[in-house]
Amino acid sequence: MNWGEFFAMNGYAFYVWGSYGVALLVFAIEILLVRNRRKQALRNLRLMRDETGETA
Amino acid sequence: MAINWFKYSAPTTFYGLAGKLIPFFAWPAAIFFAIGLYIGFFVAPTDATQSEAYRIIFLHVPASILSMFIYLIMAGYAALGLIFKTRLSSMMAQALAPTGALFAFISLWSGALWGKPMWGAWWVWDARLTSELILLFLYLGYIALHASIEDVRRADRASALLAIVGSVNVPIIYFSVKWWNTLHQGATIKMTGTSMHIAMQQAMFAVLAACWLYVIAVTLARVRSIILEREANTQWVNDLPEVKQIDGGRS
Repeated sequence: MNWGEFFAMNGYAFYVWGSYGVALLVFAIEILLVRNRRKQALRNLRLMRDETGETA
Repeated sequence: MAINWFKYSAPTTFYGLAGKLIPFFAWPAAIFFAIGLYIGFFVAPTDATQSEAYRIIFLHVPASILSMFIYLIMAGYAALGLIFKTRLSSMMAQALAPTGALFAFISLWSGALWGKPMWGAWWVWDARLTSELILLFLYLGYIALHASIEDVRRADRASALLAIVGSVNVPIIYFSVKWWNTLHQGATIKMTGTSMHIAMQQAMFAVLAACWLYVIAVTLARVRSIILEREANTQWVNDLPEVKQIDGGRS
């Protein structure tokens, strides 16, 4: 398996990897954002609870 | 024994179910991506006319399909929320929008990078490309509209109308290559079959399955956060173990 040839994609490397690379980035960012949203939501709930000194 | 068909239509019960389901979608998604990309890059042969650039198809086509389907599902949930006033339905629509937008973006981006070497243009204002761009704007519009209205139930209703009316765009995208003279090629996969090489078909369907599973996993995760945000003033949310634990705990 000639990896050099593989990554070169017969001259179309920029277009092929540019597509898949951006897609991978998008998925990674989305997963991070979803995780952060959950952390933030839990943080806010705990803050609200601590503020009132009791649950809602 | 009576079955409660609507048991999981309440945020209280759906929250837990969604949490349990996520890994059953996330892991298979990863596996199908691996299988699809392996077949697409190492088994499927080089294309006679498009050389190696055609391999973008394994990303572009599933992303495009998903961008359209997610919109219809989002509009469907929005409609349910509007008609039956079920909060969870509106929350599901809200959860689907960002993922749909990202898939529309991937469709447009990969399409542009495929279009430039093969058809000579990053972009043309033909029917399909333009209507897919409009789809992206509809997603972003939905998100922006919902975020801009203070009262969340009013926000649900307003954005539901946008989602429902915007649905007309989806059949336009789909039939655009049939109804108009477009730079974008026509359907390769028809009801009558396809001329595509079998390995290419396999790769495409594997990545398509992967994308579906990924969307479900991410949407379930996101709707859980939306539930926590919107149901913040309820007893059941504040009784959740992940909320009750003292700061410093992970969840």
